[in-house]
Amino acid sequence: MYESPIKEFFRSSLKNFNFMIGAIMFFSILVLAVFADQIAPYEYDAGNPAAKLMEPCKEHLFGTDEMGRDLFSRIVYGARITLKVAIIGGSIQLVLGVVVGLFCGYFGGVVDKAMLFLADLTWCVPGMVMALAVVTVIGTNLTNAIIAIALVNWASMARTVRAKTMSLKNMAFIETGVAFGESDLSLMFRYILPNIVPALIVMVSMALPSTIMSTTTLSFLGVGSQPPSPDWGLMVSDGIQYITKAPWLAIYPGFALVYTVLSFTILGEGLRDLLDPRMKSQG
Amino acid sequence: MNDELLRLENVFINYRVRGGYLSAVKDVSFSVNRGEIFAVVGESGCGKSTVAHSIMRLLDKNAVVLGNIKYNGKNLMELSNKQITRVRGHDIGMIFQNPLDSLNPVYTTGAQVNEAIRLDGINKLDGWKKVIELYRNVKMPDAEKRVHAYPHEMSGGMRQRVMISMMLSRNPSLLIADEPTTALDVTIEAQILEIIGQLKKEFGTAVMLITHNFGLVAEVADRVAIMYAGELVEQGDVFEIFREPKHPYTRLLMKALPRGTKQEGRLQTIDGTVPRLMKVQPGCRFANRCPLAKEICHNQDPAVRALSATHTYRCHFAEEEV
Repeated sequence: MYESPIKEFFRSSLKNFNFMIGAIMFFSILVLAVFADQIAPYEYDAGNPAAKLMEPCKEHLFGTDEMGRDLFSRIVYGARITLKVAIIGGSIQLVLGVVVGLFCGYFGGVVDKAMLFLADLTWCVPGMVMALAVVTVIGTNLTNAIIAIALVNWASMARTVRAKTMSLKNMAFIETGVAFGESDLSLMFRYILPNIVPALIVMVSMALPSTIMSTTTLSFLGVGSQPPSPDWGLMVSDGIQYITKAPWLAIYPGFALVYTVLSFTILGEGLRDLLDPRMKSQG
Repeated sequence: MNDELLRLENVFINYRVRGGYLSAVKDVSFSVNRGEIFAVVGESGCGKSTVAHSIMRLLDKNAVVLGNIKYNGKNLMELSNKQITRVRGHDIGMIFQNPLDSLNPVYTTGAQVNEAIRLDGINKLDGWKKVIELYRNVKMPDAEKRVHAYPHEMSGGMRQRVMISMMLSRNPSLLIADEPTTALDVTIEAQILEIIGQLKKEFGTAVMLITHNFGLVAEVADRVAIMYAGELVEQGDVFEIFREPKHPYTRLLMKALPRGTKQEGRLQTIDGTVPRLMKVQPGCRFANRCPLAKEICHNQDPAVRALSATHTYRCHFAEEEV
């Protein structure tokens, strides 16, 4: 009689092509990252001077690089880095966006104006330029690159949360909450936030591809992960030097990157359709 | 004996709007006693909801409230934000006009009622038992199952029952019901009113019932106040008002009530419209529609006159026939 929304979600998710494909692709990356130690035949930093720049063959599925490291193993371990980027980068953006957006949308006033101004500022400067500046200031390593990208990207999330909060704030059930003696914090996090969770899920899954791409770009430019890290961006950048002699060095990490970004994008599209209330009645 | 629970003294409410002030409520005084049903009647936009919201301090920021609103001797207008939060729900409960969006769409209704119970420090499991008990109190059909229903799975009447049980769970001594049945159909309306009447009997809850429906007032209210364009034009015991309405507005309203028994052709209406409240002139606000209006009505505010200890009205010529 009363189906829980979670059950309903799973039931309709089976019918959603985008969601299923995206989920399967994402799951495969997850497996690679979690079981990297079991799946990868070699260590990611174990060089073999006797097997430099080998073409893909039986022992080395994707070939080897200029130091004789197995490319396949490096890509498998690289999945961990990419997921780390997605999780940490996504969480920072999510937390910043939700907290700032909720407070601004709920209270309004001077703080809201100031935050809005700050958000507009981050939109004026091209994101990559600003991220480069931030990384240069706080130091070049992967964690800082993730932080820099999150600092550049949180504003759009905060704006959406703010807009949703402002419209929800005037709904009758918020007034009910006030009339029942709920505090502002409780209204924000227990009344408004749950109502924007579907939108948040979609926003995050849409933000992840660009987060991964940007962070990888920073690594490619040499201000993110440092060697010998098996970061895909770094591997592409290293492989470029051998593009004529050993094209697989740049191509395979590139494919891995495209595959990952695509999985998040397709998953995001699927989630958006699934969580869109207008689609529900047809389910 | 002090049965006075809520007292409004000379309350003025103005809205700050573009181009000046809008006088929404002018010089309203009344009191609600313990355990009684006090009805406030008036047409749309006469300020009855504004008065109700001002008691809970729920008005928008652009509202300026003057005068005293006392609950149990405490002046609600002087309380800090923290103190008023404590009063809301705990001392004074409120239910709203539109039960359709008064509940949070993402939680089950039972969870929301349970939430309200836990604000008073009852643990979650005992809370659930109490929720079912409360649902039975408000005559929710299939109470055990309905606690797991989401708001969109319920009808308007059921949702209003949920609202009432939520309010009941805090056991306030005053319930403000802001047109609780306006959005519901007549049969549900009767049931909801019955529940409200029961509250008064079983829990001794005082109810301030805001409505535009005179028939409803006659059925449930003990005392009644009639508002017109932000002014309280007449108040008194419900029998007094219905037997001997004094203010011309009240009298015309009574004539405009449809009666099932007599066939008298068309219903009587009151000519004219409610005055704009932006340009406030002195004089009686009903003057431009009043059949008795004379020069003085347009120039001078009528004073409050008492017919009996309980029955007061605000008119220069209330003794004459309409």
